[in-house]
Amino acid sequence: MTPPSREPEIVPDPAVLSPGRSGPADSPSVGGGRASRIGLRTFALGYLTLLLFVPVLLVFYKAFEDGLPNAWETVTSPEGLNAFWLTIVMVGVAVPINTVFGVACALVLVRQRFRGKALLNSAIDLPFAISPVVVGLSLIFVYGPRDGWVGPWLAEQGVRVIFTPVGMVIATLFVSLPFVVREVVPVLREIGDEQEQAARTLGASARQTFLRITLPAIRWGVTYGVVLAAARALGEFGAVAVVSGKISGVTETMPLLVAKEYETFNVAGAYAAALVLALLALAILLAMNLIERREEGA
Amino acid sequence: MSISVVDVTKRFGDFTALDGVSLEVPDGSLTALLGPSGSGKSTLLRVIAGLERPQGGRVVMNGRDVTDVPVQERGVGFCFQHYAAFKHQTVHGNIAFGLKIRKRPKDEIDARVAELLALVQLEGFADRYPAQLSGGQRQRMALARALAVEPEVLLLDEPFGALDATVRKQLRQWLRRLHDEVHVTTIFVTHDQEEAMDVAEQIVVMNHARIEQAGTPRQLYDEPANEFVMGFVGEVNRIGDQLVRPHDIEILLEPDGRAQEGQIERVAHLGFEVRVDLLLDDGRTLAVQTTSADAEQRELEAGQIVYLRPDRARRFSAQR
Amino acid sequence: MTSAPIAAPVPRRGAIPRLGGQALTRGLVVAYLSVLVLLPIAALVATSLDDGLGRFWDAVTIPQAVAALRLTVLVSLAVAAINAVAGTVIAWVLVRDEFPGKRVVNSLIDLPFAMPTIVAGLTLLALYGDNGVLGLSGVSFTKLGVALALLFVTLPFVIRAVQPTLIELDRDMEEAAASLGARPLTVFWRIVLPNLAPAIIAGATLAFARAVGEFGSLILISGNIPFETEVASVFIFSLIESGGINSAAAVSVVLLTISVAILFLFHLVSRWSVRHDAA
Repeated sequence: MTPPSREPEIVPDPAVLSPGRSGPADSPSVGGGRASRIGLRTFALGYLTLLLFVPVLLVFYKAFEDGLPNAWETVTSPEGLNAFWLTIVMVGVAVPINTVFGVACALVLVRQRFRGKALLNSAIDLPFAISPVVVGLSLIFVYGPRDGWVGPWLAEQGVRVIFTPVGMVIATLFVSLPFVVREVVPVLREIGDEQEQAARTLGASARQTFLRITLPAIRWGVTYGVVLAAARALGEFGAVAVVSGKISGVTETMPLLVAKEYETFNVAGAYAAALVLALLALAILLAMNLIERREEGA
Repeated sequence: MSISVVDVTKRFGDFTALDGVSLEVPDGSLTALLGPSGSGKSTLLRVIAGLERPQGGRVVMNGRDVTDVPVQERGVGFCFQHYAAFKHQTVHGNIAFGLKIRKRPKDEIDARVAELLALVQLEGFADRYPAQLSGGQRQRMALARALAVEPEVLLLDEPFGALDATVRKQLRQWLRRLHDEVHVTTIFVTHDQEEAMDVAEQIVVMNHARIEQAGTPRQLYDEPANEFVMGFVGEVNRIGDQLVRPHDIEILLEPDGRAQEGQIERVAHLGFEVRVDLLLDDGRTLAVQTTSADAEQRELEAGQIVYLRPDRARRFSAQR
Repeated sequence: MTSAPIAAPVPRRGAIPRLGGQALTRGLVVAYLSVLVLLPIAALVATSLDDGLGRFWDAVTIPQAVAALRLTVLVSLAVAAINAVAGTVIAWVLVRDEFPGKRVVNSLIDLPFAMPTIVAGLTLLALYGDNGVLGLSGVSFTKLGVALALLFVTLPFVIRAVQPTLIELDRDMEEAAASLGARPLTVFWRIVLPNLAPAIIAGATLAFARAVGEFGSLILISGNIPFETEVASVFIFSLIESGGINSAAAVSVVLLTISVAILFLFHLVSRWSVRHDAA
């Protein structure tokens, strides 16, 4: 016997776990009678309605309350457009980098054995646990142009990180780091390495095996991780707020714009910008559900 | 291709899977590696394939030392216990995989795949995905996939382990015939002695990381090298320090000096064969095989006192 | 060797020829993680101690810091507890109950994960704020408002952890218990709940971790009133804005320690739940 070395699996980020297939509705043994079932259902739906559904609908209502033109104006002002594009840049840079890292890291965690693996496995989750504000502050201590660890040296080379989009990208990379890893690890475990071994016995090189066997097998896990990472990159506020300096039109992303508009009493503008983000969030939600369905079908 | 395994040792951490194992597999033969779980048989197969690298010893194929040759270049076909089907590819895609890696022209690939589909009787399944196949069909697809690249050695790890009894028996026959047709040197791993005896020309019995005995099914059954082999390749009774097969005990109705007395506990009719369970004076139990005609003629029944005379009992000294 | 499906041994170092690529990948992964994540954390911890332990201690023990940290932990605990109960009920309803629109409801559960936190805060303000639709002007700028925002952003954790466990849960067990005379409530307490416990705890732990660090959804609704609604992350942010960067570092280290402790706890729970499942 090979010593069973299956290490305990990290409970995957719950966001992934596929949505409820329904069990038989009427269990004679549990769930009690009809009355208690309806009671539970009422509680669940009531809770969700008050906490989730109504507030979300209200964003739409509020955005249009002061008239569509006002909202449109905020979103299409140079400031608004700039924030929009900067947000897209954040996502466009951070997500691909973390995707490559995520797949590589998942392969290392699942397919390799080495000392310190448990440590690496835990370190990956740090960005999930650390407050975004703390992330931003930590980055200042590394990249701050006066007192940071490498900031002064970088400044001499003409590279400024803090209060520039570069720092914001680094902050976004930090907070969106674990998503792809955490989605791909369970999938890799699940498929095992027999298919990869089979490919090798058939003459495939390591690269061919990865491209033709491993990657297609994990593609939905990767996609799901990408969507989650994109959602986080899109909406990141705290970490980006700390390193951005909130320079209007230069280092202001959509979430920062929402906060600024609200704090400067342009409430309608805040809701309009929020609406754009909410629509993007709905698109992401839709993508998540489509992928889940694909995964179930696969 | 002939294969020699010379003094191979393989450890996983503290666990020794192969302990100085040596083995000769003649060209074109059909060999079974037989043994209980954890005996090292799958590891030996994987070492031969190049999927595991031994800490000591050599693997030689056709006189060439291949110990350091990676699996991709060994020219082996390997079938995994759970098929390792490429789930995202069709049956055609699975079988063609090795040929595509070798960048063969499309026409040639298609022709070869069609040929193999016929060989494994999966014509008409080319466009299905593995999920749409039964276990037996998946196993045949995996075989075709391994055969596509014309390996010189075919290695099968518990090829029928995950299948139900009927399909298992069919596939056994089929593997036998396939071997007669393509004549590729074949080694398969099994823990089922009946399967090994039924299919293989040569059986290698393994236990505790070592080879206990290698030989033809007949040799193993009739001339087992030790108690383990005797017990593993067939049923045995123990009488004192002797071992005897159930069909090598004669049931007498009358006492005869040396015969041991026993009482019949149960007579089980298994078709042509009848198994008689007996209780001896000293409280031990014994099973005897006889034919149904014999049992009927002598009216053997539960409760009856009979006398037993072992024939061809064996005594093994110096057990490991 | 074995007939177990997991038999294929994970290749050890040197087990398979040509490990160069593997070692290189591993090196790059560790290097990236070190530069991106570990280096900044090290910088934070080092800087917080720049002025000595005494200053560090002073920074984290001023009343405003203590109040913020206390509020953070207490509200997060309450939020985790509410999530444990409500999340389990919602998961139960989504798995075992049938009603029209269930699929849609199920899809919307993930909305807080997809929604930028600042939008979440604004959203709740729209409902519970001063000019809120419900006219509950007593909510925003109170501890209740903080708790509501945290409940919103942490909603999916327990639900998404419990759902799959509940789906996998062997109905035979419940039926066996019922056949032995257990009433529905007994079946739930003695059979279902113990089996869901690891998932509930894991989900609640994640929710707690998220709540402790949450910032974006609170900046608008909490009103950031010191000693009243100011949580640790918001306090740190205001320290940064007002130039008290070293004090901010000290408080951050405390918050970081709490986060790492939770993470450690989460890994322990995960391990335990794996063993639980294997049994």
